[in-house]
Amino acid sequence: MGGVTPTHLKLSFIDWLLFLQQIALFDQKKRIYSENKLVFAPWYFLLPAIAFFLVYVIIPIFQSVWISFYEWDGLGEAQWVGLANYIELFDDEYFYTSLKNNCIWLILYLFAVPIGLFIALFLNQIVFGIRFYKSLFFFPFVISQVVVGLIFAWFYNPNFGLLAYIFLSLGLEPIAILSDEELVTYGIIFAGLWPQIAYCMILYLTGLSNVSKDLMEAARLDGAKGLKMLWHVVLPQLRPATFISVVVTVIGALRSFDMVAIMTEGGPYGSSNVLAYYMYETALSEYGFRLGYGSAIATVLFFIMLIYISYFLWRLYKNEREA
Amino acid sequence: MFPKPINTFSPKYQLIYKIVLPIVLIIWLLPLIAIFLTSVRSAADINTGNVFGWPSQFLLIENYSEIFKRSKAILYLKNSFLITIPTVILSVSLACLAGYALAIYRFRWSLPLFFIFVAGNFIPFQILMIPVRDMSVSTGLYNTISGQVLFHAAFQTGFCTFFMRNFIKALPFELIESGRIEGVSEAKIFLYIVLPLVRPALAALAVLIFTFVWNDFFWATVLTQGESVKPITAGIRSLNGQYVNNWHLVSAASLCAAIPPVAMFFLMQKHFIAGLTLGSVKQ
Repeated sequence: MGGVTPTHLKLSFIDWLLFLQQIALFDQKKRIYSENKLVFAPWYFLLPAIAFFLVYVIIPIFQSVWISFYEWDGLGEAQWVGLANYIELFDDEYFYTSLKNNCIWLILYLFAVPIGLFIALFLNQIVFGIRFYKSLFFFPFVISQVVVGLIFAWFYNPNFGLLAYIFLSLGLEPIAILSDEELVTYGIIFAGLWPQIAYCMILYLTGLSNVSKDLMEAARLDGAKGLKMLWHVVLPQLRPATFISVVVTVIGALRSFDMVAIMTEGGPYGSSNVLAYYMYETALSEYGFRLGYGSAIATVLFFIMLIYISYFLWRLYKNEREA
Repeated sequence: MFPKPINTFSPKYQLIYKIVLPIVLIIWLLPLIAIFLTSVRSAADINTGNVFGWPSQFLLIENYSEIFKRSKAILYLKNSFLITIPTVILSVSLACLAGYALAIYRFRWSLPLFFIFVAGNFIPFQILMIPVRDMSVSTGLYNTISGQVLFHAAFQTGFCTFFMRNFIKALPFELIESGRIEGVSEAKIFLYIVLPLVRPALAALAVLIFTFVWNDFFWATVLTQGESVKPITAGIRSLNGQYVNNWHLVSAASLCAAIPPVAMFFLMQKHFIAGLTLGSVKQ
């Protein structure tokens, strides 16, 4: 492939358009009238995207599920073992720890939604420089999770981290959160919440700017204010923002990989592992190249995710039907 | 407007709000401020345990030039750009075409295909990891820039198509219809009628995908080996292992990694937020 440069890609894009035009002209010449033209045309436009997506996304899903029925080290001959990998999962305590941690992630991560709403409400004012404030609040979301993980790992450092300072100034013994089997997952989730809250906040801020003024005025005339106003008048209008916040947060929680990899590599003793990282560890790290077993873990994660994806698609479908 | 506008409150509350606002901001950004301060302190500070206190010296230029001189940070940053920019162009182009088809034409496969693109965007990376890595190894794309570009472009096509389809669907259909009645070919309708109209969406999408791909860490670890084609995210990790306890250098590198997406966000803020909400809130 060599170096793919932007100019190459641009060129090929325009080439493709010219090609489409040629086809369209060809169609006209052969006097295939509009009906047929409209039957084939969408496929010319769709073909490149479908090809890419098929090769890199759709087919690999099936391959992964298929590999999960094999015992394979990636080099030698793969051996068909049927459901053995899945049966092994049942007795694998690391798998259960990871699954449990994913559940904790899921539940605690969802706090990003109300906290994001709270900050959005706090910032939804018109004072001097508020736009600047809003964008600074949004910062954590734009930064790589690798950087966020590093920062928080330093924060938690029991020798010179900021948290140790706080503990010492309160007269307490500093806790090494990241080497404590009980606390480590909570420590990582806390770090992960930082960018996630920023994400939810921005969704709510945009939602708030679209809240109907008339409804608010009417409610105010009826004497609604404060929490009542929020619950009965504002939140129903923010439903799309809430929905998407929940979706991206759930997906984010189940996808959590970067933070765990950077902050603890799943340790100590696998206590902060999550399915995404455990899968990587079994399949590709120095702990062994068990690709079949790794695929089985990935398949489990995939099916958990599929629940949320189906829910999302179902909502999308309902919206499409109404439109 | 909710909550009640602050200027309807008494001056006392207004003042409190204006004082609280910067304080909350500082607490919110404390991790970033801390890492910035760390990136300008001296090695002596770190060794004596002054990691979060006020730096004894400000070595902004020294530390940042050191990280570029002593490590491969420049190479990592260059790789990140070489991966991210072609990915953005490729995936947005593919999605433009596909989104147009899914939005404008009525055919049986339109909705199912749309759903497949959307669903693909949400799946866990791990389910793709082994086959994609295998395929990259066998086609010689493993440990190359183009290997990473092709994968990211393919994966991001899901989200981009979702986004473009919704945007194009919201355009007035009469424009396309009148083009057809005039006998304009479908490719020309796309090129001369639709493409100019979706320009704002292209900008929004480009900024978003830039951030997503720039910040990728997982695929950088799975699809590369060694240093030559690593992007900055994976690079920082190896720097972190290399420079144990040289936190001032690692944090300088981390901030370098954060600058491009942050700058992108600041310059194109309007587009960025429009992108996030168009692709999401307006499902």
